Amino acid sequence: MALQSASLFNTYYLILKNMDLKDKLVSSFLAFENNIDVHNPVHDVRTEAIKNFETKGFPSRKEEAWKYTSLNSLQKIDFSIFPKKESSLEYKDVKKYFIHQIDTYKIVFIDGVFSSNLSETTHDGVDICLMSSALTKPMYKAVIDVYFNKVASKEESLTTLNTAFSREGAYIYIPKNKVPKKPIEIIHFSTGNDTALMLQPRNLVIAEENSEMQIIERHQSLTNHAVLTNSVTEIFAAKNAIVDYYKVQNDNDAATLIDNTYVDQKDNSHVKVHTFSFGGKLIRNNLNFYQNGERIDSTMKGITIIGEKQHVDHHTLVHHIEPNCESHQDYKGIFAENSTGVFNGKIIVDKIAQKTNAFQQNNNILISDKATINTKPQLEIFADDVKCSHGCTIGQLDEEALFYLQSRGIPKKEARALLMYAFANNVLESVRIPELKVRINKLIANKLGVNLGFDL
Amino acid sequence: MAYTEEELKKELETKEYEYGFYTDIESDTFPIGLSEEIVVAISKKKNEPQWMTDWRIEAYRVWEKMVEPEWANVHYTKPDFQAISYYSAPKKADPNKTLGDVDPELLEMYKKLGISVDEQKKLQNVAVDIVVDSVSVATTFQKTLAEKGIIFMPISEAIQQHPELVRKYMGTVVPTTDNFYAALNSAVFTDGSFCYIPKGVRCPMELSTYFRINQAGTGQFERTLVVADEGSYVSYLEGCTAPSRDENQLHAAVVELIAMDDAEIKYSTVQNWFPGNKEGKGGVYNFVTKRAICEKNAKVSWTQVETGSAVTWKYPSCILKGDNSIGEFYSIAVTNNHQQADTGTKMIHLGKNTRSTIISKGISAGKSQNSYRGLVQVSSRADNARNFSQCDSLLMGNECGAHTFPYIEAKNKTAMIEHEATTSKIGEDQIFYCNQRGITTEKAIALIVNGFSKEVLNKLPMEFAVEAQKLLEISLEGSVG
Repeated sequence: MALQSASLFNTYYLILKNMDLKDKLVSSFLAFENNIDVHNPVHDVRTEAIKNFETKGFPSRKEEAWKYTSLNSLQKIDFSIFPKKESSLEYKDVKKYFIHQIDTYKIVFIDGVFSSNLSETTHDGVDICLMSSALTKPMYKAVIDVYFNKVASKEESLTTLNTAFSREGAYIYIPKNKVPKKPIEIIHFSTGNDTALMLQPRNLVIAEENSEMQIIERHQSLTNHAVLTNSVTEIFAAKNAIVDYYKVQNDNDAATLIDNTYVDQKDNSHVKVHTFSFGGKLIRNNLNFYQNGERIDSTMKGITIIGEKQHVDHHTLVHHIEPNCESHQDYKGIFAENSTGVFNGKIIVDKIAQKTNAFQQNNNILISDKATINTKPQLEIFADDVKCSHGCTIGQLDEEALFYLQSRGIPKKEARALLMYAFANNVLESVRIPELKVRINKLIANKLGVNLGFDL
Repeated sequence: MAYTEEELKKELETKEYEYGFYTDIESDTFPIGLSEEIVVAISKKKNEPQWMTDWRIEAYRVWEKMVEPEWANVHYTKPDFQAISYYSAPKKADPNKTLGDVDPELLEMYKKLGISVDEQKKLQNVAVDIVVDSVSVATTFQKTLAEKGIIFMPISEAIQQHPELVRKYMGTVVPTTDNFYAALNSAVFTDGSFCYIPKGVRCPMELSTYFRINQAGTGQFERTLVVADEGSYVSYLEGCTAPSRDENQLHAAVVELIAMDDAEIKYSTVQNWFPGNKEGKGGVYNFVTKRAICEKNAKVSWTQVETGSAVTWKYPSCILKGDNSIGEFYSIAVTNNHQQADTGTKMIHLGKNTRSTIISKGISAGKSQNSYRGLVQVSSRADNARNFSQCDSLLMGNECGAHTFPYIEAKNKTAMIEHEATTSKIGEDQIFYCNQRGITTEKAIALIVNGFSKEVLNKLPMEFAVEAQKLLEISLEGSVG
């Protein structure tokens, strides 16, 4: 059986070689079906999803949501949809990508395949394990039926593309009143064994009542071969649950990341998502919050520092469905050289969502004449008793502040870095893992090309 | 007995659109429908030179191929372009008349509108050009203006008398191919105003155009062209009304402003087209393209008070082409009942040291939807461009909506752009405070709304500010519930 499917796969592969990416993906779905249990009810979800993707295809710049980000160049690359061979990595070679100063649960994937020797999963009171087992094993069926693909969009083409190929990723289930002993790290490595690889991880995070957790997610390619990651994460926060999610995006210049995160919150829950975008050729973050309860707090924060020809696009949506909720958004960006930054933040307040407080802030610094910023904060408000505001600025470093620092003996480069650091700092304040904060500080210093001789 | 909010609400719901009368004037109206023949016929009727006819035909051919845009945040039944008459003129109007010759019924209508022509002439020092349905019927003060070399006349006359100017400038700011409604306007526009201020002249009085749709089943397509030559200054006012009708009437205008080096244009609009009744029936579709081009050191300031129209779709814009040029946009948009407004501005910074200010106040009440949509674009050569935008929305009741869609695109590192938006409602404590001091709820709301809009009202010329203030009160009274 295995042999047969392998040869089938090779035949497909040959045919697929000269197709464009969309057709290739759609045809690969057949090959994909050969390797999974098509009688699983989840598979109906996949079939539905591939149909949607087939009709819609990749988004084009004609669509309002993709006005400033083009995926055209990606579609010309001949991505392998399935990795050709399994690879392994030694911990000492990749240690630096982990927050190794602290003990964490680890879910590690190499070229999309789970690596058991790098990972540390658990079933001790909480489930921190694999999506592949959650989707196939009967003991998880009840949970999967309730949560899988429930908050993720069934319309958005890239999300449905991920749904169609959903098989592997992280599965985290924290039952009522539990708190896992340590933070959870989800890391995806790509080894570059394929000249171009497409990955579609699918994560499901469930925090039951009164539970709490911290997650750090990272995508890292180890060579300069092209990687396209189209990731979907669904987060469910039940009553009083607290979820802290940190996304570290510091990949190399050949990597493209499309991150689709959907958050469903119930009464009194707090969900914070921090996004640190420093590396990668193109990053698109679609962050969607749905507040299905009262007294909910949603926080979205981000720091973007990019240069060269990098492109980072933050797309946020907060949908205030019930009364008495809050949302806070704070995105800072520093753009150098030929880089492009996009921010599109949308706040929708439904008619019954009275007493909503929704705040949004987007501040940007342009360092080079060739850098571009496109920003579009959006408010759609249908309730009257609300406080909503958005603010957005584009500017430069204050020359006088620079002069002040220089006159006190701080070299220009360091002075600039200090000011930029100060600019981005209030985003870091809410990071609750000190070691992660130190790591981000180092990444920022690195990115700004300075060594300040002390930990900022 | 206390006057309750409920009663007030009832009274206001039934309050009629003050300008909703219809004057029975004999009109010369074209059969409904649009075709190349109609376009040529309009041109013939206006006795236009060949270049104008060709220009219209070209625009019509472009329009035919275009699709009606749908991106705006408004919903409406699309107008049937074959069910509109594209030309309607009060029969007795004669462009070369003196005021004494004007049809007494027309004069009666102006009186009702509160713009008795001779009264204005005497008191307010405002030169008025009045456009009823599709033609300009009265222009005052032409002589006084002519002494200064200022040309202010209906555009149809300008085409005859100053073809060189019209031909040189028309379509340079809003090309015929610009958008669906601009193309339609270019093909079928029947009249409008033309204004030319020569070099270094400061126009001694406010120039004003008054638009009115009177005839049923007609669309109004007027075109305004204001050219301010080097170092000149002009303040221009525009007002509009229409009778109450069950059907939706279409108003698709194009306004082009050209401010040459060191010139300044101040353009104020009080838009009060019939907004439809309280069930959302009828009302005017107001699809307008307004754009200004600023050369070196020039300044253009748009001020608008939008209270009317069932559906508004309007973005007065500034292209800041010359170095040191300034663009300003001050707007109050009020929507009530079933009105929908999608309005805002575009500031395109091309020159160095260009500055722009956007102050937009949206007030939504009843079941209305009010959107601000704006673009601030800084090109890579526009060093030291500066923009400040502020959009505030006030919501009254929980059946209305307020939306903001600001687009900000910066390609220059020296750009300084700030955008701020807030949304809130009138606080119960604020109203209570006023009540306590013997100010009725109705007055209190007027007071608060006035305070909310002050920044914009202040920018209006005196006479207009008073009218605008009154309009605000009328369109909003009792909307808090």
